[in-house]
Amino acid sequence: MDTSSRVIGFPVSRIDGPLKVTGTAPYAAEHEAPDGLLHGFVTVATIASGRIAEIDLTEAETFPGVVKIYTHQNRPRTAWWDKAWKDEVALPGHPLRPLENDRILFDGQPVALVIGTSFEAARDAASLIRMTYHEDEPHTDLRFEQDQSYVPKEKRSGISPPPKPRGDADRAFSQSPYQISADYFQEGEHHNPMELFASTVIYGEDGSLTIHDKTQGSQNVQSYIASVFELKPDKVRVLNKFVGGAFGSGLRPKHQVFLSVMAALDLKRSVKLELSRREMFYLTWRPATVQTVSMAADDEGHLTAIMHHAVQATSLYEDYQEVVVNWSGLAYRCDNVKLTYELTELNVSTPGDMRAPGAATGVFALESVIDELSYEVGIDPLDMRIRNFVHIDQNMDKQLTSKALHACYREGAERFGWASRSPAPRSMRDGRDLVGWGMATGVWEASLMQSTAKVKLERNGHVTVSAAASDIGTGTYTILAQVGADSFGIGAEQVTVAIGDSSLPKSPVEGGSWTAASSGSAVQVAATTVRQTLLKHARDLPNSPLKDASVEQTAIRDGRLVLAVNDQAGVAIADIMDAAGVDFIEELGEVGPDQAQMKTFISYTHSAAFVEVKVDEELGVIRVTRVVSAIAAGRILNPKTARSQILGGVVMGIGMALHEEGMFDHRTGRIMNHNLAEYHVPAHADIHDIEVIFVEEHDDKASPLGVKGLGEIGIVGVAAAVANAIYHATGTRFRHLPITIDKLYYAQEAAE
Amino acid sequence: MDLLSNRSSASGLPVSLTINGAHHDVSVDPWVTLLDLLRGPLSMTGTKKGCDHGQCGACTVLIDGERINSCLKLAVSLDGAEITTIEGLGTPDNMHPLQKAFVEHDAYQCGYCTPGQICSAAGLLKEGHAHSREEIRELMSGNLCRCGAYTNIADAIEDVMQAENVGAHREAAE
Repeated sequence: MDTSSRVIGFPVSRIDGPLKVTGTAPYAAEHEAPDGLLHGFVTVATIASGRIAEIDLTEAETFPGVVKIYTHQNRPRTAWWDKAWKDEVALPGHPLRPLENDRILFDGQPVALVIGTSFEAARDAASLIRMTYHEDEPHTDLRFEQDQSYVPKEKRSGISPPPKPRGDADRAFSQSPYQISADYFQEGEHHNPMELFASTVIYGEDGSLTIHDKTQGSQNVQSYIASVFELKPDKVRVLNKFVGGAFGSGLRPKHQVFLSVMAALDLKRSVKLELSRREMFYLTWRPATVQTVSMAADDEGHLTAIMHHAVQATSLYEDYQEVVVNWSGLAYRCDNVKLTYELTELNVSTPGDMRAPGAATGVFALESVIDELSYEVGIDPLDMRIRNFVHIDQNMDKQLTSKALHACYREGAERFGWASRSPAPRSMRDGRDLVGWGMATGVWEASLMQSTAKVKLERNGHVTVSAAASDIGTGTYTILAQVGADSFGIGAEQVTVAIGDSSLPKSPVEGGSWTAASSGSAVQVAATTVRQTLLKHARDLPNSPLKDASVEQTAIRDGRLVLAVNDQAGVAIADIMDAAGVDFIEELGEVGPDQAQMKTFISYTHSAAFVEVKVDEELGVIRVTRVVSAIAAGRILNPKTARSQILGGVVMGIGMALHEEGMFDHRTGRIMNHNLAEYHVPAHADIHDIEVIFVEEHDDKASPLGVKGLGEIGIVGVAAAVANAIYHATGTRFRHLPITIDKLYYAQEAAE
Repeated sequence: MDLLSNRSSASGLPVSLTINGAHHDVSVDPWVTLLDLLRGPLSMTGTKKGCDHGQCGACTVLIDGERINSCLKLAVSLDGAEITTIEGLGTPDNMHPLQKAFVEHDAYQCGYCTPGQICSAAGLLKEGHAHSREEIRELMSGNLCRCGAYTNIADAIEDVMQAENVGAHREAAE
């Protein structure tokens, strides 16, 4: 099909941008109800393990403006079986049922919901609830509890467990001239999107619910709510037109939507519930992880053995699992590999996917250890990686759909100036600062999910694209407009995009970097079908100039369907539709993974991150002054929004390396730094120059559009590149994230 | 206009505010923050709540021309104040130069911190303390962006700052 509009691959500004910059894009808590809104406020547990002993609501209930207070003692009935509580991306185990009983499994667990006539009334009344507990000893210290670890009994759907060992890793390791074996630890991280988790539940006169929810999947929440409250699905509609960030935290329904719906149904009133920043630390998290990696190489730096073992925290009620260790079996060529993965139950909320779940964690250890080994062997860290390049996935014994990682290495190194790096640690300086240059490889899976979308072409040439997909800041609105526009010879701004609504065509949750490939391809299929229908109608016209044309030979220009080679031969869209007696043509497009192809091929995105740090040893201050991130992710639909996705990943990677750390007081099992002043995320002053390169990569198998996805690859490897740069600057290996001033200080002290 | 009469205890105090040029006489409980007044009773949801503790900057507005975290200001303390929120800077059809620059530079992703970033940038430009990219970064550090759009935000502000300087020089020359 002729694509004359030149919209795909161009840096189109976000079509939802003007709404976002003027404060007119409404997020979940920013909706009204015809009957006015009641406001909720949640009281959370102040112990991490035990039971609620007594609840005294005397003062709270009589507080002016309080409508009702819910606890486990008066919670309305809900579905009984666990199955009803399992959302689309649920985990093995028993999903949390808020206010189900008196048991406390983690700090911050919701224990009461106050509904008031104003936010202030609900909030202030909540502070008057007197709750006492029978407290048990909490277990929250992964490093202390890891001897209790176990192999998860039930595999999480969609997650590959470690592959069977290949070769004899132990033997190969012991016989190799160069060996490194090291332990890595990272504290838990919290997603902390800027928008607070919130739901506005509008109660309809007929008992129907319209729910504006902060979620990455409107249909996932819709089916969860219908199932848990045993409602007819057509009585529940969930909207998430604008989502103020999520990074994985909104994949599963969160307790604010359950609680606000519960109250709305019970009171037959519309209810809004916006959680506090503190509560954002109790919803889900990137789990604390202990890793041990052993790696060996021969005299030329070829890897002879890799052993990678990880233990991650999970909750007492669900077995969260992510792919942490498998990357070590597929990133480099190695014939002796042993990978193992276990969990440890702690008094914590169930962990969840956070930007590049598993890969951000596992690749940190992998890329740290290969870097360390390169110094042992005595070759350049980049050269070490190039020497161990692999063209297949040895874990799965599958071919790759594409892997332009050599181009990432080459172009990234060139732009960074890697060739002028002085190899020895502590050999580069800038005034009083030590300078370090480090790098790392990144890898993430490229997936295509079963997805649908509709495209509608109207008589006047207007195009509407619709799908239940979400835009969590990723640019979904804009890229779907581009793909839609491309088929109709118009600009992206001329396309109406309807997403973020459970009533629209079936889409998966927005996650796993698959939305552009999946929903984008579905739009393309639907648009092509519209063009076929339009051409069919055009061919039926008397003396049609398009009688013998195929869709590929036609184009749409200025509201006319024409022969691509001759604009003069064509018919106006309006005339075609008039003759066919229709006002519009609307078609559904559907895409899904190609099962036959998946037997031989697997698809990944790749990256190379180059980082410069400057370290002031006297003050212990580490600054990341320069990053070059080179990305191979197939076709880039929009270089402007694509670049932003990578920038975001890099910034979160810097946060992971230097700042982010959920701190428990293990004696009480409680999170101490549940706010943005004490849980540090990168701020403006922490972020200096970041350059993003998209290398050329053609892939005709990853997805029909040739797209591989970008949401995650930007973060993978960044923490390792920072840690490797710090080693190059200081001569000290840091294996415990985040690398904060105190760790630098104690390392110096130990060295002296 | 007694906006809170049916929402809370009847202890409201009268406050007179000018918001984006429009005069508002409101009765408000003494414990209500400017942020909650804006987002709740006044239905001006362009100002965002990100932490309610003055730690993230999402709620930044201009009070008498100065940027301030509206979650840290009790509405009753602002009698007579002139307040500019994101809605007062521009509209989708008539954007402020900063708003245009944010769109052009993709200086956001999810858009939730954006109104605060833009109000903060407007305050920053008026203060006249930032003369370099480094100073922009330092003086914008009260506004967190979890999507990590920082380099693009600095680009957008730098653009507008340079355009203003060029304009000022031209004016001075004329």
